[in-house]
Amino acid sequence: MKNCLVVDDSKVIRKVARHILESLDLTVSEAVDGQDALTQCEAAAPDVVLLDWNMPVMSGMEFLQALSTAKVSARPKIIFCTTENGISHIKAAVEAGADEYVMKPFDRETLESKLSIVGVI
Amino acid sequence: MTLSTDSSSRGAARIFSGLLEARTGQILSESRAWRMETALKPVMRANGVADMDELATRLLGNRDPRLEEEVVNALLNNESSFFRDLQIFDMINRHILPSFAERRERVLRIWSAGCSTGQEVYSLAIQLRNDAARWRGWRIEILATDISTAAIDQARSGIFSQMDVQRGLAVGDLIKWFEPAGDNWRASPELRRMIDFRTDNLFEPKAPSGDYDLLLCRNVLLYFTPERRQEVFRLMTRHSHDRSVLLLGAGETVIGHSDDFIPHPEFRGGYGRRPEAAHNSEGIRRAV
Repeated sequence: MKNCLVVDDSKVIRKVARHILESLDLTVSEAVDGQDALTQCEAAAPDVVLLDWNMPVMSGMEFLQALSTAKVSARPKIIFCTTENGISHIKAAVEAGADEYVMKPFDRETLESKLSIVGVI
Repeated sequence: MTLSTDSSSRGAARIFSGLLEARTGQILSESRAWRMETALKPVMRANGVADMDELATRLLGNRDPRLEEEVVNALLNNESSFFRDLQIFDMINRHILPSFAERRERVLRIWSAGCSTGQEVYSLAIQLRNDAARWRGWRIEILATDISTAAIDQARSGIFSQMDVQRGLAVGDLIKWFEPAGDNWRASPELRRMIDFRTDNLFEPKAPSGDYDLLLCRNVLLYFTPERRQEVFRLMTRHSHDRSVLLLGAGETVIGHSDDFIPHPEFRGGYGRRPEAAHNSEGIRRAV
């Protein structure tokens, strides 16, 4: 069973994402910011990271940059999941190495589609 | 919300079902019938109508073509998404389209019958544009038809909601082929120019002309009676040639409805026209 790390400072978003992801047969772990996510990735890399943009301590973009030099066993797929819905943000995320991009609000179908595109399900 | 069960509302529902069948050939299945009241709510609101009975009365009393069209549009299922059934689009991209690219005449003709709001043909157009080198110097004609005027209007506009563009469309294609339009996204002029969207009825067809290399009629036949399905297949036979590929929706089949098409020997899930299938329309031949 593949693992998804949900990185979001909102408990509600993490809960909603977990509910959807578990219904898609993924195991789910959670991180409250980019630093927490990086620590978890170094301990055990997930298959995919669902990544918020704006978070305290370390943002999603900072996490993405840090991940490129971090010691991880395998690079996870990165799906940004954010309220930053402008095209300049989307382009910046892709240029920084994001594999996919989800504009909040999202639903099950959206997550399922993006996970399918990156080959996780 | 479920359909009211009193006899007058059941009568109204029968009137709407009858109108839909008369105009489109579609049968309302149980699963769609129970959503009828919800589907018609916007029409009732826009026309100041209190309930389904009043709407039915107005339809019968006034013979208002505009209102009839609004009701039909509301009852049609326009659900669609980009790259719906990824494996089918993968097969189109990797195998079916390249098989056409090998031939001498540099014309590719595609028909999407029942294109709904256009996501399927925009997906095809994206695939073709992403493979521009292969198709350089080719004339590519994409016809996309649907019975719903509302769906065709939306498809032609190329405008899709944020939710729409997140279903099936990879972010790379979003950036490359769409531009922000307020809270929505709009397909680029280059994509829109590739597709000829037409409102058309499969049982009184005016839009298709000549033969098509790739015919898509996906998630359309399930709404028709067996007799109507046979009629659609006869239309597909008339507008195909011996190397055409026909693609249907998951769960749809030619088996029991047409002897003209057989499972394609190369493209799993696709159908090819039986070589001896009669080209039974007068004067319709490859137009290119």
